[in-house]
Amino acid sequence: MTTDSLLSVKNYNIVYQVETPVHAVRNVSFELGRGEILGLAGESGCGKTTLAYGINRLLRPPAEITDGSAIFHDESGVDVDINGLTVAELRRYRWDKVSMVFQGAMNALNPVINIQKQMTDIFSTHRPEMSKSDRIDECADLLDLIGVGRDRLRSFSHELSGGMRQRVMIAMALALKPQLMIMDEPTTALDVLVQRDILQEISELRHKFGFSVIFITHDLPLLLEISDRIAIMLQGEIVEYNTPEQIYRNAGHEYTDKLLHSFPSLTGERGGFVRSGEASALTREATR
Amino acid sequence: MEVNENTMNSSADSVAQRETGRPLTGTLAVIRPRFERRRPRWQRIVFGLSPKLAIGLGIIIAITLFGLLGPMLLGNPLSIRDIGRTPPSGEFWLGTTQTGQDIFAQLAHATRGSLFIGVVVGVLAMLLSVIFGVIGSYVGGWLDESFSLFTNVMLVIPALPLIIVISSYVADKSILMLAVILAITSWAASARVLRSVTLSLRSRDYVAAARVTGERQWRIIGVEILPNLVPVLASQFVLAVIFAILGEAGLSYLGLGASGALTWGTMLFQAQNGFALTLGSWWWFVPPGLMIAVLGGALSLVNFAIDEIIDPRLRTASLDKNKKRAARRLRASIKAGATT
Amino acid sequence: MNYLARKISFYVVALWAALTLNFLIPRLLPGNPVEILIQKLAARGPITPELRNSVELLLGDTSNDPIFVQYVNYLKGIFAGDFGVSITYYPQPVVEIIAQALPWTIVMIGIGTIIAFVVGITLGMLAGWKRGSWLDNLVPVTTMFQAVPYFWLALILLYVSAVQFKIFPVSGGYSYTGAGPSWDWDFISSAIYYGTLPALTIVISSFGGWLLGMRNMMVSTLSEDYIVTAEAKGLRPTRIMMAYAARNAILPSVAGFAISLGFVVSGSIVTEQVFSYPGVGSTLLQAVNNNDYSLMQGLFLVITLTVLGANLIVDLLYTVIDPRTRARS
Repeated sequence: MTTDSLLSVKNYNIVYQVETPVHAVRNVSFELGRGEILGLAGESGCGKTTLAYGINRLLRPPAEITDGSAIFHDESGVDVDINGLTVAELRRYRWDKVSMVFQGAMNALNPVINIQKQMTDIFSTHRPEMSKSDRIDECADLLDLIGVGRDRLRSFSHELSGGMRQRVMIAMALALKPQLMIMDEPTTALDVLVQRDILQEISELRHKFGFSVIFITHDLPLLLEISDRIAIMLQGEIVEYNTPEQIYRNAGHEYTDKLLHSFPSLTGERGGFVRSGEASALTREATR
Repeated sequence: MEVNENTMNSSADSVAQRETGRPLTGTLAVIRPRFERRRPRWQRIVFGLSPKLAIGLGIIIAITLFGLLGPMLLGNPLSIRDIGRTPPSGEFWLGTTQTGQDIFAQLAHATRGSLFIGVVVGVLAMLLSVIFGVIGSYVGGWLDESFSLFTNVMLVIPALPLIIVISSYVADKSILMLAVILAITSWAASARVLRSVTLSLRSRDYVAAARVTGERQWRIIGVEILPNLVPVLASQFVLAVIFAILGEAGLSYLGLGASGALTWGTMLFQAQNGFALTLGSWWWFVPPGLMIAVLGGALSLVNFAIDEIIDPRLRTASLDKNKKRAARRLRASIKAGATT
Repeated sequence: MNYLARKISFYVVALWAALTLNFLIPRLLPGNPVEILIQKLAARGPITPELRNSVELLLGDTSNDPIFVQYVNYLKGIFAGDFGVSITYYPQPVVEIIAQALPWTIVMIGIGTIIAFVVGITLGMLAGWKRGSWLDNLVPVTTMFQAVPYFWLALILLYVSAVQFKIFPVSGGYSYTGAGPSWDWDFISSAIYYGTLPALTIVISSFGGWLLGMRNMMVSTLSEDYIVTAEAKGLRPTRIMMAYAARNAILPSVAGFAISLGFVVSGSIVTEQVFSYPGVGSTLLQAVNNNDYSLMQGLFLVITLTVLGANLIVDLLYTVIDPRTRARS
């Protein structure tokens, strides 16, 4: 774990401006260290996805960021005030600094455009100096790296399995070697084995490229395995923000307790989170 | 009863969802607005209407009243005067034809005729499309296959040439005969829409439940399926009426309309034969067409409103002023809360 | 290619249905078209047995052959290209008359439809992209044009621009003072000049339908996850609009082309009549007014076949633009 900070979020507020406005994110503050995995847990509708979208300014009306700041501390030493970016700056910032992997890659890929076009347009937008063949080579290498294989470049999303689609999304997210990857329920729709493989993959890639991760899920035991820090959200507020150890051993909020015990344990007596030998290996690797 | 009502509501949502292939709420629209601020009942009904629905219904009611009452109040539309073609005046609001007939009186009678055709064809076409669209897809199997094939074939065969050919063989047509011809050539499109909606309704749990408990087929169709089809049926009926009025007008304009009937189409036919266009008698050929256009426009407004009820995302309005004000207030309170 | 095979077999069935309908209508409906036609023909010239035979094949047999035999002979005649002889243009064969009229209609309706499609889709794309903008609020207004009868709009256009202001010709398909149809600029320019008003009628009254359909699909598509992905990728708005939103939103419009084309063709038949345009529509009405049954049946068949052909082309195009159809069984 490194100490210098990558993202500082302070007093973040997001409101859905409907007839009776809904305060979806309330005074949220947290620090994300460089190379760190921050787990964001909570039940559906608690505002965790809204918060993640807000940090990337992806919210659409009626959702609105009403207050607070998110500062991105770039490697170059420049601090970027995300809410202060102009439209053009924001476009350059997105994906280059922060990329995203969305929940259920089912619809995150355009069904009628092939993988190659959806990957190369990242480069043609952000790296216009690259030649066309370089772009395609780069995409092919990414697919190889992620274990999908370059021969899938011309495939359409309906020709891929759920796990493959999620890998393609991760390959896309890696394309510009961002410093932060926001993963919104990246493994939720997948079966347990594929889920395991992909988590492993993410963990390895993180070691290789050193990006930070905000990992959003409702599966708290999973976060205990992989995160450096965990934030528990309830009705738009972070009610608990601590290391996995602390959260597991002495949860400060009753809701955390509830979340911890809402997942059936596979091993019985040992409590909610340890699922297999491989899993604890992963935990060690991640917290190293 | 409570439970039953809930099922109905959620299923209406699901119809829209199936039709457009995705849930009503987008990824980000997690919260849907609720509009229940208590008002007196009549106020809720009046203000609850979308402006589109209100304007559309208003025009339709006005035209219907004109068609119902006009013929009783205005004189004989066919009586000839020796004044010839005259432009609109105090006596004849829309002028006269070349034989001195009162065009305003004609328009009132024609409104009645065209509305009659529209409603009759609408009802008949609806019946046919329910038979071919709903029953077929509900029963399934080869019946569905063949009904669906038949529907699709009827859909690709252009309607008006077919109508022209059929009506050229039927020399003396009553207005009802014409309605039948229009109906049998116009049901296919709505049958296809109804089929796809029924297919999705059919696989619903409560329909399956009704089947398992041994409800009769016709009862399931009548009680479980049709009520949920109402918004779709309404919108298809509106379309059928538009089609019928346009089709009748076209046919009559070509001289293939019902014999002895007076409709907007026959008025245009007579205007054409009376050289209204070349003589510049705009008061003769403009009003009937305008009536068609206005009624058609009103009907499509109603259709818009129905579509928006089926799929709320289609609404054009963005945040209105009240919401913006509420938003500002809230922001101020957050700011205040943050500093204290 | 399963989808393709299914589509083609559907059009084979539709073709068969159209042929059969064409066979049944004169036989099942009241009236005796054969006698009427033979009498009219007799007034023009001698009735040879071949001529009588070909009329009977098309419209109904008087020799009491079983209906099945009549049907087979009818199909043979159609596939041999024998549509009988026209009375209106006696003694020209029906096939020749149709061959003269068809290009006019195909070019005029074709261009009108393409322009309407492009204009409607483009405006619909923009209206859906910027929801609640002034363009979006104009959508209900433009769809009003759909409720306007084609021929009445044609009458108004004709009245305003041809009778009042004399910008466009009142009727016809080309200048009759010049030489007849030929491939020189004089003829083509006069054909464009004469065709503008009829085509404009089609554009004005049909673009609203495309616009509305496209606008609503854009609205639905914009809430899809892959649009958010594209935004998160930092793509330019124009690229998201074109390559992600519009690319997907256009699919139902293309798939629904069949229904719309039927309306356009129907509408343009009446429009042709208003402009006395020398296409199949006004020829069909001429045939109807003269009880020229063989010409009428022939035209009905050809119009239907053309519409089927156009739909087949669009369906084939659809397999190209929607890769999912290729996988679906």
